[in-house]
Amino acid sequence: MTDLGERSSQVPPAGVQLGGAVLTVVEKDPKRHGRRSPLQIVGPPLGVFVVFIAAWYAYAQFGLDENGRNTALPYPHKVLTSFWDGKIGDQPWQLLSATWLTFIVALAGLVIAIFIGVTAAVLMSQARWVEDSFYPYAVFLQTVPILALVPLIGLLIGFGFTARIVVCVIISLFPIITNTLFGLKSAEKGLHELFALHNTSRRTKLLKLQLPAALPAMFTGFQISAGLSVIGAIVGGLFFGRGPKDLGNRILLYSNRLSPGELVAAIILSALLGLFFFQFFGWLGRRLTRDWHQPAG
Amino acid sequence: MSDMIDLTAVNQNVPSGALVFDGVGKIFPDGTEALQDISFTVEPGEFVTVVGPSGCGKSTLLRLASGLDHATSGTLSVDRSNIGYVFQDATLLPWRTVQDNVELIAELHNVPKGERAERAGRAIEKVGLAGFEKHHPRQLSGGMRMRVSLARSLVMSPPIFLFDEPFGALDEITREVMNEEALRLFASEKFAGLFITHSISEAVFMSTKVHVMSARPGRITTTYDIPFDYPRVPELRFDPEFARISGELSQALRGAHA
Repeated sequence: MTDLGERSSQVPPAGVQLGGAVLTVVEKDPKRHGRRSPLQIVGPPLGVFVVFIAAWYAYAQFGLDENGRNTALPYPHKVLTSFWDGKIGDQPWQLLSATWLTFIVALAGLVIAIFIGVTAAVLMSQARWVEDSFYPYAVFLQTVPILALVPLIGLLIGFGFTARIVVCVIISLFPIITNTLFGLKSAEKGLHELFALHNTSRRTKLLKLQLPAALPAMFTGFQISAGLSVIGAIVGGLFFGRGPKDLGNRILLYSNRLSPGELVAAIILSALLGLFFFQFFGWLGRRLTRDWHQPAG
Repeated sequence: MSDMIDLTAVNQNVPSGALVFDGVGKIFPDGTEALQDISFTVEPGEFVTVVGPSGCGKSTLLRLASGLDHATSGTLSVDRSNIGYVFQDATLLPWRTVQDNVELIAELHNVPKGERAERAGRAIEKVGLAGFEKHHPRQLSGGMRMRVSLARSLVMSPPIFLFDEPFGALDEITREVMNEEALRLFASEKFAGLFITHSISEAVFMSTKVHVMSARPGRITTTYDIPFDYPRVPELRFDPEFARISGELSQALRGAHA
């Protein structure tokens, strides 16, 4: 297809239209995407879902623990009603407002982490000594188990929103720094030399070469961190127990009160929230780079 | 120019378009002698090609001329304020359209937006890519990308063009077409050209003068004046005289390789 484009371009100007028309074909690969109907896409996972729900009913009905008692797993429809039906002293819709709180905490933490992480990576990319000095501590942030750090954060800044946001920032910082740094260094040598030939300032090179080149890797980092930030928000709420009634806080409560229906509902909402964050940043990254970047695979 | 702190004297006050190597040598920090006593001149209106085996240091010549690297001995005279440099790869910014890629160098030289758009438009037309302004590099073939790269260098109308094996990665037919395109631009833009290649027919077809280089250390062993007039037509490649010169060059190159 590209060959045709090349040949036609050598016969200007009549061939240009032909070249343009041929080239638009390059943009889509009919073998991979064109022929699958919606049913073919939705069908298989829907089948798995139906089998899963059936197995769940069967287990809730017949599953016994080691003492021969019926298991505590509630029926799926009971879980479904727990989404809006506050039973154990909760307000109705309590679970959804808890999800909203967790969403805000995770989002705030992620935005702050993106700001700090990208700034740190840019500074590291500009001077080797900055990278050498600070990168080990970024690794340290990554390797310290977040659960071990949460009590200390609670002691230092209390159990409110700020503390939860701090947990989110800490847990989501590392992937942003490493991916952005990797991206900033990813522009090929020839492009760096092209800029060097024209005596370009560091700032111009950063803005016109390194940052645009880093975008795909940056969004990979944001996407990973988005999922982590939701985990951070839930871990914070769960561990602190007190304070705002967010998802983590509810999970602790339902667990203490042996309320498995609400517990399962809260777990599902946590997972959906993480999925939403992950998908959103994946979508945004693809949208910003779709004209030129082809993700691997 | 404030950036050049060169070990060799760089005389910036030469007539525009001329490039003079005078006894230039380059020894890399690891002790490898890449170039030894290189002396030749590219006059305005000349298209000079350096042909040699891989690894003979011919690309280093261009890096020294452009200031990307510095000579360790000898003198190099060139006006570096406006040099066209065409790399082995097209080195396009993949996130920019053809139009925006072609505008890049003008942008780096702070040419106002309206003017650089106009200049880029003209350059795109000159390389035969009119109609492709909005395309991104990944939608183009290798030959078309090279055309974009040429157009990008044309925008500032540099009096001297350095070509670092720019068509080496293209298939033979596309390469021949690009040779003809480059010569057309050489005729219309009247730049002085210094071209690096390992292809003998490319060297003979393009040049007014061909220098043969030997490897380790890189030295110029033989120089040929190519007598054909411009514009050169594709059929020149089948001319007996063309074949004779190519044969001689080939012999010289084998001698340099041994």
